[in-house]
Order: sequence, then structure tokens, then C-alpha cells
Amino acid sequence: MNYHWNWRIFWEPAPNGTGTYLDMLLSGLLLTIETAICAWIIALICGSIVGVLRTLPSKTASRIGFLYVEFFRNMPLLVQLFLWFFVLPEVLPNAWGLWLKQMPNAPFFTATIGLGLFMSARVAEQLRSGIGSLPRGQKLAATALGLTTAQTYRYVLLPMAFRIVLPPLTSEFLSTVKNTSVAITIGLIELTAQARAMQEFSFQVFEAFTAATVLYLLVNIVVAVAMRFVERGVAIPGYITGK
Amino acid sequence: MIEISHVDKWYGTGFQALKDCTTSVAKGEVVVVCGPSGSGKSTLIKCVNALEPFQSGEIVLDGIKVNDPKTDLPKLRARVGMVFQHFELFPHLKIIENLCLAQEKVLGRSHEDAMAKGAKLLDRVGLKDHARKFPAELSGGQQQRVAIARALAMDPIAMLFDEPTSALDPEMISEVLDVMVDLAREGMTMMVVTHEMGFASKVANRVIFMDQGEIVEDAPKTDFFGSPRSDRAQKFLSKILSH
Repeated sequence: MNYHWNWRIFWEPAPNGTGTYLDMLLSGLLLTIETAICAWIIALICGSIVGVLRTLPSKTASRIGFLYVEFFRNMPLLVQLFLWFFVLPEVLPNAWGLWLKQMPNAPFFTATIGLGLFMSARVAEQLRSGIGSLPRGQKLAATALGLTTAQTYRYVLLPMAFRIVLPPLTSEFLSTVKNTSVAITIGLIELTAQARAMQEFSFQVFEAFTAATVLYLLVNIVVAVAMRFVERGVAIPGYITGK
Repeated sequence: MIEISHVDKWYGTGFQALKDCTTSVAKGEVVVVCGPSGSGKSTLIKCVNALEPFQSGEIVLDGIKVNDPKTDLPKLRARVGMVFQHFELFPHLKIIENLCLAQEKVLGRSHEDAMAKGAKLLDRVGLKDHARKFPAELSGGQQQRVAIARALAMDPIAMLFDEPTSALDPEMISEVLDVMVDLAREGMTMMVVTHEMGFASKVANRVIFMDQGEIVEDAPKTDFFGSPRSDRAQKFLSKILSH
């Protein structure tokens, strides 16, 4: 292989006029982080609601939760993003579709919402199993004290359930960061897209993707370490996440 | 205080857990419910504060019909203390917080009032020094005493005990029974599912014997221990009193 290594490429100006190649990658990284955090917030909120729905005694509630989860987790993420981005504007009434297509930052919004909903199904399933793993008596005890169902979840069940599922939730957060790269297909110029652009401009393919790999790795190490601190912060003596 | 009349309960469509159960607990009375496992004792006591629904008959608690759809169940449950076999303290809350939660969220007491009440009750069950610990740091007997204090913090008009000593090591049983005996002597209305015949003979006014979902015997304590009328109760007593 006749490859000309050039690690100094990162400090050379990029032809798109936005600064050096490193600046280019970092702007992609920033967008990756923004997309991941927004998607994760959506995933946590929707996932928590649906996860709780699935554990309620009401048949209707758990059926709605079931349909939601099966809809969002049984389709590939790529297909879901295509559906939101290419198909949805066509099936909506004309005016709405046009508004969607002309929306500034459409790839960003589509990616955060699409990825957020995709991940929320997984969050919901984990929270459901977390709630399910609590002794049945916990709910009875809270109910017997006069707490309403909402209060029982808020003060008794969810605080324990979230602690139990914190380790797998960390994995889901890491997946969310990695899955943002799929959004390259709907035109989001995130880290992977910038690495590819750099390779096309400079032909330094190995340097570009090495840098992208290292940046992904760094972000996820930060996330994993931060989650470890969260786990320790909320640990309870005598429980799995405890000391 | 507690009027149970003609209560029937089925699990699903097949198994009948309670068959035409009728009994009552007067104000200040201590009633012990015993019987072999699967006889419906726990189910009956859980029907009293509507933790278990039942299909026919009625239960009236301090003049309020439990199985009336218009009854404000959380409010009614808050007035009846319940103690469970497996304590069911909330593991993520410190002992004192376990005592305060429902006082504040259900009764609307101020945090200071709730803390003062909680501290007083912890002192009463001999656990003043453990207020800042987590439930998992206490022994079973201590946890059950906390559970009793937690129920008492709501100023209940009656107390329900669902096998409060069945999950305890033998040496811890007496510390829990001592608290219950004191309560009974102070005139608390109590319905107690237990196999502790010593407790029954010491403080119970009446003993109810259940078998296969039916109340087989409902007699004053002296009659029950002296000459139980049914064969089934005689057999049960001879088995549990022979050792």
C-alpha cells in the first residue's frame, strides 16, 4: 500500500473555508453531542412515561405502551429516520409537508426526535423490568399508607426502579451517542459526516477516521465515567449499586 | 369499627379465595385471624383496606363502605395502618424519611411536624438512634418495628397486621410482639393475621379460624383455646401447639 501518512493534516486549512480540518471535525463532534443529548432527553421522558404505562393495572394503558414499544423497536433506526425525513412530509397535507421541508435545521430535528423515539422504546422496556423487579409489597405498602398511584410511582417505585436500571441505561446512553452517526444519511453534518468530508477533501482517510474514532471514544468514556459517578451518588447501602 | 359481611372473592374466574366471610372488629378490640396457608387470611385482611378487590358482599370501615366506587380510597387507607410480612420499608429512604413520607404527602403535615412525630414514634419502638440509617442496615425485627411506627405516624383508627412475624428469626419475634402487645393494651383496634398463639392468648379478644376461604370459627379467645367447636380448628391447634 502506497499511503502517504500526514498527521499534520488536522492543522491545515480545510477547503470549505471554515478553518482547519480539526475545526471541521470538532464542529461535527459538537453536533454529535448536541444531537445525542437532545435525543437522550426525549428518550428518557417518553421512555419513562411508556415504561410506567406498561406497569399500570389498566389494560388500555399497558396495551398502548406495548404498541408504542413494538412500533419503535422493531424497525431499523435507519428506516425510521427515512420515514420521518422523506415519507412523513409527503403523506401530510400539502401545507404541513411544505413547512416541514422548509424548516431550517430539519436534519437536526428529525435526527433528535427520530433517534429519541427509537431509544425511548428501549428505555421503556428497561424501566418496565426495573419496576417489575421491585417486590409487589412495595406498591401495596405505599397504597396502604394512602399514597395515590401517581405518588406511589413518584416517591416509592420510580426512585428504586431507576437506581436498578441505571447500569443498562448507561449502555443506552452510549448507544444514543453512537447511533447519531446514522443521521449522516439524512444530511446531518455530524462527526462521521465531517470525517468523510475531510477524507474527500484531503484523501487522508486513515487520519480522518482515526480522529473520529478517538473522538467517539472520548465522548463515551466521559459519559461512562459520569454515569459511574451518578451511580455512586445515588447508591443505597445493601443494594446492587451500593458500596 | 370494621364490619365485614358476606364477602366473596374469586381470583380470575376459577379459584374462590373467600367464601361468604362475615365478621366484625369492634372499637378497641383485638382480633387474631389464623388458619393454614392458603386459607384466605391475608386476602381477607387486604380486603379491609381495599388492597384486594372483592366481587360481592360489603366491608364497612368506621361507617364508610370500602367497596363503594365513590369512596375516596387513598383517604380511607390513610386512616388504617397496615404492617406487612416483609416489612416493605422504602429502601431508598432513611428510617425517619420512611416515617415522614406519607405524613407529608398524604396528610399534608409540615416537614417539622412530621419529623417530630416520626422521632417520637421511633423512640417509642426503641429505635431513636437509627433514624438516619437506611432500612437495609437494620435487622428484620428492627425493620418491622419501624414499619409499625410508620403506620402509627398516620394516627390510624385501626391497625391491620399481615403475618408481621412470619419472616423473622425466632429471637426477633418477641421484640415485635412486645410492641404489638403494648399497642393492644393501649386500646388500639387491631386485626392480626398470625400464627403466634402466645400473642393471641395474651391480648386477643376474639380468634377467627379460617380454612379454604371460609371463616370456620369466630369465637372469644377463651372458647377458641378451650374448646374449639370445629374438627378442623382442633386439628390445626393440636399441630401448632404440640411443639
